[in-house]
Amino acid sequence: MKPARFRYLRPETLEEALAMLAEWGDDAAVLAGGQSLVPMLNLRMAQPAVLIDVNRIAGLDRIEIIGERLHVGARARHAEVLRSATVARAAPLLALALGNVAHEAVRNRGTFGGSLALADPAAEIPAVTVCLDGAILARSSTGERRIPAASFFEGVYTTALRPEELLVGVDFAPLGPDFRFCFREVSRRHGDFALAAIAFAGRIEAGRVGECRVVFAGVEESPRRLAAVEAALAGAAVSDEQAWRAAGDGLGAVLDPIEGAEYPAAYRLLLARNLLLETRRQLEEEAAR
Amino acid sequence: MTVDEETLTITCTVNGEAVRDVVPVRRSLVDWVRHDLGLTGSHVGCEHGVCGACHVQVDGRVVRGCLMLAVQADGARVETVEGATRSGRVAVLQDCFFERAALQCGFCTPGILLQAAELLEHTPAPDRAEIRAALSGNICRCTGYQAIVEAVEEAAGRLRA
Ligand SMILES: Cc1cc2nc3c(=O)[nH]c(=O)nc-3n(C[C@H](O)[C@H](O)[C@H](O)COP(=O)(O)OP(=O)(O)OC[C@H]3O[C@@H](n4cnc5c(N)ncnc54)[C@H](O)[C@@H]3O)c2cc1C
Ligand code: FES
Ligand code: FES
Repeated sequence: MKPARFRYLRPETLEEALAMLAEWGDDAAVLAGGQSLVPMLNLRMAQPAVLIDVNRIAGLDRIEIIGERLHVGARARHAEVLRSATVARAAPLLALALGNVAHEAVRNRGTFGGSLALADPAAEIPAVTVCLDGAILARSSTGERRIPAASFFEGVYTTALRPEELLVGVDFAPLGPDFRFCFREVSRRHGDFALAAIAFAGRIEAGRVGECRVVFAGVEESPRRLAAVEAALAGAAVSDEQAWRAAGDGLGAVLDPIEGAEYPAAYRLLLARNLLLETRRQLEEEAAR
Repeated sequence: MTVDEETLTITCTVNGEAVRDVVPVRRSLVDWVRHDLGLTGSHVGCEHGVCGACHVQVDGRVVRGCLMLAVQADGARVETVEGATRSGRVAVLQDCFFERAALQCGFCTPGILLQAAELLEHTPAPDRAEIRAALSGNICRCTGYQAIVEAVEEAAGRLRA
């Protein structure tokens, strides 16, 4: 199908874009990579009065280290983040996750900020952004807010972003060099959204997990750190399959999986448990190397 | 085109030629190259990003032609399968597809050729898993993919030789 009519606005600067958002608010949709919005327009599931195309705004796609922190601009394309040497050094978990996001042609257009603003429960980028405790930068014509990733996602396709705000980027504080990262996913086909995926970041010292972070994608309505699981794993040896199994068995009490006819909640829970056990195996294999 | 349809004048290059046109803002890039420029090698399968039949290259990168608006190509360098054929950029791939019978109806083929060409430009010696991953966004209803993967593998070998 073809989109319904809309007015097309093409700001050249951030200030112009923010003024347009202030004027149009809820009636406008920001057009970033278009890899989720345009399908919705074509299917007429979305019929915004105005499209604000942010693709011409210079600098919104920067990937750089500012001070100690990694800054990923909202319009950084998936393909750029995936291949960025800066990201590989400062936040390798992002690249691990992006290898699972969509297909090359979609990654050539789709953007980091677009994925966060969309807040699809099965998307990889929101999960790793929560895992790395990213700070989401939201700008409006009246100022900027830093929203911790932990309070950004409010539900399926729902975020803390206000209609007049543009997501401009994300900041990530560095984690120590002794952190290890894993990202594993189950999907129907390479590049499809996750049926379930796990993002893991953990300090591993002398074969034991120290401080760690565990977040799933595709399992619950929104990604979140699972404090109970993190506490259960802290202090466990990577080789201690029993301890990890116990943590995995505890997931049923912690998770509230999405229910659906095709994939019942019990199935997603099973995938989550298996992904946790696979994470242990991967950490063990990597340590042996 | 109805009178109250919003339009924008764009200029860009398509297959090396300068083009200037007045386009409705809601027209997709693939509809524009097909209907307005007569370049019908890019196909329209699903119109929501899942099949890859509509691939065109914009500023050196393969994109879904159904998920970009034509007005977004203003100032860009666009190449379709016609341009890639004329320049010979996909010639070796085309030979290998023909020899290995890696197409039947051919609906998916232009999109796959452009995606495979992009792969071979940055990964000259892909293994089969890499070829499959690179083509994971292209749906083919006829061949079962085996022959396509083999044709791309063969083309990679010939291009390296
Ligand atoms: C075939 C296919 C497979 C896919 N597979 C996956 C997958 O496996 N995993 C995955 O995570 N994604 C997948 N995607 C989606 C893809 O990653 C999208 O690119 C991404 O989710 C949205 O980013 P975008 O830049 O394209 O945003 P757009 O489509 O432009 O926008 C999406 C939404 O976010 C809003 N928005 C965008 N940018 C901003 C901003 N800066 N500020 C405020 N609001 C904004 C828009 O208004 C819109 O509501 C797939 C898409 C396709 C077509
Ligand atoms: S028509 Fe564009 S991906 Fe199917
Ligand atoms: S050859 Fe018919 S769809 Fe691929």
